[in-house]
Amino acid sequence: MTELLDPTSERAPLTRPRIARPQSLGGKTVALLDIAKKRGDVFLDRIEERLRSQGHRVKRYRKARFSIVAPPELLRQIRAECDLAVEALAD
Amino acid sequence: MEAARAKRFADGLIAVVKRACPTCVAVEPALAQLAAAEPFTVYSQDDPAFPAGLRGVVDDRSLEVSYRLGVQIVPTLVRMKDGKEEGRAIGWNRAEWEALSGMRGLGPGLPENRPGCGSRTEEPGMRHRLAARFGGVPIQSRKIEIPDEADAIEVCYDRGWSDGLPLVPPTVERVLAMLEGTTRAPDEVLGIMPPDRVECSVEKVAVNAVMAGCKPEYFPVVLAAVEAALVPELGLHGVLCTTNAIAPVVMVNGPIAKRIGMNAKGNVFGQGNRANATIGRALQLVVRNVGGGRPGEMDRACFGTPGKYSFCFAEDEDDGVWDSYAVEKGFARDASTVTLFTGDGVAPIIDQVARTPEELVRSYAPCLRTIYHAGQVADVAAFLVIGPEHARVFYDAGWTKSRIKDELAPLLQVPVRELKPGFGVDDDVQRLKLEQPDASVPKFKTGSLNIIRAGGSAGLFSAIISGLGSITINPVTKEVRP
Repeated sequence: MTELLDPTSERAPLTRPRIARPQSLGGKTVALLDIAKKRGDVFLDRIEERLRSQGHRVKRYRKARFSIVAPPELLRQIRAECDLAVEALAD
Repeated sequence: MEAARAKRFADGLIAVVKRACPTCVAVEPALAQLAAAEPFTVYSQDDPAFPAGLRGVVDDRSLEVSYRLGVQIVPTLVRMKDGKEEGRAIGWNRAEWEALSGMRGLGPGLPENRPGCGSRTEEPGMRHRLAARFGGVPIQSRKIEIPDEADAIEVCYDRGWSDGLPLVPPTVERVLAMLEGTTRAPDEVLGIMPPDRVECSVEKVAVNAVMAGCKPEYFPVVLAAVEAALVPELGLHGVLCTTNAIAPVVMVNGPIAKRIGMNAKGNVFGQGNRANATIGRALQLVVRNVGGGRPGEMDRACFGTPGKYSFCFAEDEDDGVWDSYAVEKGFARDASTVTLFTGDGVAPIIDQVARTPEELVRSYAPCLRTIYHAGQVADVAAFLVIGPEHARVFYDAGWTKSRIKDELAPLLQVPVRELKPGFGVDDDVQRLKLEQPDASVPKFKTGSLNIIRAGGSAGLFSAIISGLGSITINPVTKEVRP
């Protein structure tokens, strides 16, 4: 019998169930997160326009740079202020 | 670990011997004298039938007792009282043996003194095997048992630990040996490793360094490379997940490079040097296994680069003319450092005709200008590697590295009308084209073009390692700690 040492971080695979999708957007606030990737704002502008035209609340957020992960404060803020989030990856 | 070695031994004398040791054979009569007089136990490391004249010799071919007593030389004579060691004699010395035993006239016919032989516990690799088996091993990683009939290398593949090449199976013995390459505690946390944002300990780096094929003496360099990778200014998360072809490149400066036999000369970026090959590979394996950065998952590279197996070298500091990169960055000349920067490959510059520094920079400039796109100026970085034969041209003219950069700067101005949109600064490009259509902008922002010296002695060549440089991705240098 040989013993090998586990080279990984030994984290249990993090498979979290998705949050249940809302039946309707009625009364919800939607976060639109611009990750600062070029032209992502074009996509989000259009989404915002369509959501607002249907009477939904929208809040915009922006990351400083696409190559860094979203700061924890930003994630907390979005979670506190909104019910749904949309982010755009574009180029 | 020492405490865990403790085992209660009965009061009296203990001798540890082996048949293969001529001194042990010679002291047989003295051992017989001791056995006749008082509680006495003889442990034999290689043959329980030795010494033949004594009864009750204990078989220590497993070396457990030898390990627990910390025997390094045979014969070793130890006196125990109340479970504690009272004294020890190493090799044969009549006066010492008599003092320890309280007997006189031991070993008549023997010389006064005769050195012993190495204990079997000192055979190559044995110390770590014994520590793994009998010692209180300070290892926290999960142990994965694999049956004897399984091929450990295939198990490593099956577990998803490999970069595609075979790995050295990370046994406890090998990891303990690797950890001896540093004075740092195995549970020291070096930082938070992206993309999974998990703690990266010295021990986990050791496990991956073993798999990469590192020797323990490389380990301090691997640790410094991992530390550099964890500095936010390097932007490892972005380096990893980008569609771009970059990988972290490891450059070593200072005396440790020679001490561990790194290559800074011929074929410097090529194969064939164990330290270069395995240190860079160890960093990549840490990113893969600890950080969880795997291609097709968080690693979204379009092309990638062979440098993602390993891209590691030493700067050639032998010339003594130019300051090394580390000295330029303010480190002491005798400091050993590891610098990480992003690179996607090696593009040679061939100019076998130029004999003046002015001609050479005129050759370098258009090559540097075309990195990524001749019209791209955003986020471009490069290390210009000057080969020894080109370097000589600059030395003869008295040019320093910074003089070369100064002379390159005007040649690396990109006319605004040639700027190519699509690199994330389109608004700036648009504004410049409207407001200053006849102006030009530098290809490299300050500090993103660096010059180093490396390569073989033959060839009027230099080379470019191109990569990214931005507000979130920058070179990082860390000093190597023992």
